[in-house]
Amino acid sequence: MDADQIARACARMAHQVLEANRGAAGLVLLGIPTRGVHLASRLAAAMAQVEGERIPVGSLDITLYRDDLRRNPTRPVGHTYLPVPVDDAVVVLVDDVLFSGRTVRAALDALGDIGRPRAVRLAVLVDRGHRQLPIRADHVGKNLPTAASERVSVRLEESDGVNEVTIARPSDADGATPSSFPSERTADADGAAAPGEDR
Amino acid sequence: MRHLLSAADLSLSEITEILDLAEEMSTVQDRPVKKLPALRGRTVVNLFFEDSTRTRSSFEIAGKWLSADVINVSAKGSSMSKGESLRDTVLTVAAMGVDALVIRHHASGAPWQASHWIDAHVLNAGDGTHEHPTQALLDAFTLRRHFRSADPSSAERNGQASDFTGKTIAIVGDLTHSRVARSNVLLLQTLGAEVVLVAPPTLMPSGVDSWPAANTTDFDEVLGACDAVMMLRVQRERMSGGYFPSAREYTIGYGLTRARLGALRPGAAICHPGPMNRGLEISADAADAANSLILDQVAAGVSIRMSVLYQILGGAEESVASPVREAAVR
Repeated sequence: MDADQIARACARMAHQVLEANRGAAGLVLLGIPTRGVHLASRLAAAMAQVEGERIPVGSLDITLYRDDLRRNPTRPVGHTYLPVPVDDAVVVLVDDVLFSGRTVRAALDALGDIGRPRAVRLAVLVDRGHRQLPIRADHVGKNLPTAASERVSVRLEESDGVNEVTIARPSDADGATPSSFPSERTADADGAAAPGEDR
Repeated sequence: MRHLLSAADLSLSEITEILDLAEEMSTVQDRPVKKLPALRGRTVVNLFFEDSTRTRSSFEIAGKWLSADVINVSAKGSSMSKGESLRDTVLTVAAMGVDALVIRHHASGAPWQASHWIDAHVLNAGDGTHEHPTQALLDAFTLRRHFRSADPSSAERNGQASDFTGKTIAIVGDLTHSRVARSNVLLLQTLGAEVVLVAPPTLMPSGVDSWPAANTTDFDEVLGACDAVMMLRVQRERMSGGYFPSAREYTIGYGLTRARLGALRPGAAICHPGPMNRGLEISADAADAANSLILDQVAAGVSIRMSVLYQILGGAEESVASPVREAAVR
């Protein structure tokens, strides 16, 4: 996906979220750091153009709720910011890539400790399949068929200086710039490569 | 990070990471469910050979809010009062399969010693007159917030390292017996602050000139130049002889009295690790002043200890386990 395709997908998703909610009333967008937060801001900007009102945008860090904390070195924790209380709101979780579904599972747990939303929806830029949990997205920018061993990387201007979605074979990805990828994708890929080990 | 034994072991980036994470952890206090699942299944033992209210309870709350199981063992009411040695006590507790020991002991170096006997992680919660690293971390956390609220642009302007550069912090009082002072000097030096130590000659530690800090015996001389003053408790329980003629005389020379409060720079922070001897090293006016951060320090205690526990216990165990421990895990 190039920059134009990402922009079009975001615009369409913004409309879809508003349509499904019949307007902007009660909506809160919560991005999952790092790139989910950028996408949430983009969606909110697009929605504000349509509706003419600001949609609250926040971030929900899920590090402390991950199910693989004990399998990796200590992970840095991101920022959680709630612009409004989530009680009785319609929370739209926003992330860049939907893969195993474990990140979303953690986000649902985190949300449950913070409040009780009226409904929770999920918007992702890329759905690459290979779910390990019974989770699906409500709004998808692009369905991207991939092999489990491939690595999908989303780069956004806010954090990476460029807008693009690329698929790398594992051999390319290892040699390239692994540290620039969102770390959770690596862990999820590990989980997918060895499903027998998963709880 | 494997253990937390001394503030000197922490690099600038590690300190920044701990303080930033503590900022995130502090939001847990305002949530309906004060619980994060990060340390589920981990066991933390608070092994306290010395009295404590705030350190022990905040370590306990921090562990529980991170979903660890926390057990308190204190010298009174345990086999330590029957004469069991430190080594046997530590080995006994560690043999039960705990993941971390939080140790406070009246002997300097006890936690360091314990970390060589066992495979569990060791956190120093105050050892004799040596160090109290989590106290220094929470002091830095409180001061950083204070400096940032006074000058909100400072964090963005030069990055986190700059919060303490160009700041002068005076540590005043019973330096000889203060583990808080030692940890603070080491931590503040790493953070880039200027530290001035103020104490009567009898309470100035020997070899203080080798510390990375200036020192003086004249409190009034430095009053107008500091961005923060840390008052230390006069530790009567550790004093065997006459370090100063009378409490009144100490107050006149080194107490933060109402008059000295007025001579401070406007907005200069007042800190005290507690428990306070009101009227001795700090006057009620100073303790309750608008720029007193003493209660903020207490509130920061839980956040800092959550942050430290997560940094130490939050990830996979490095494979340093001994055969005995391996067997216990299986």
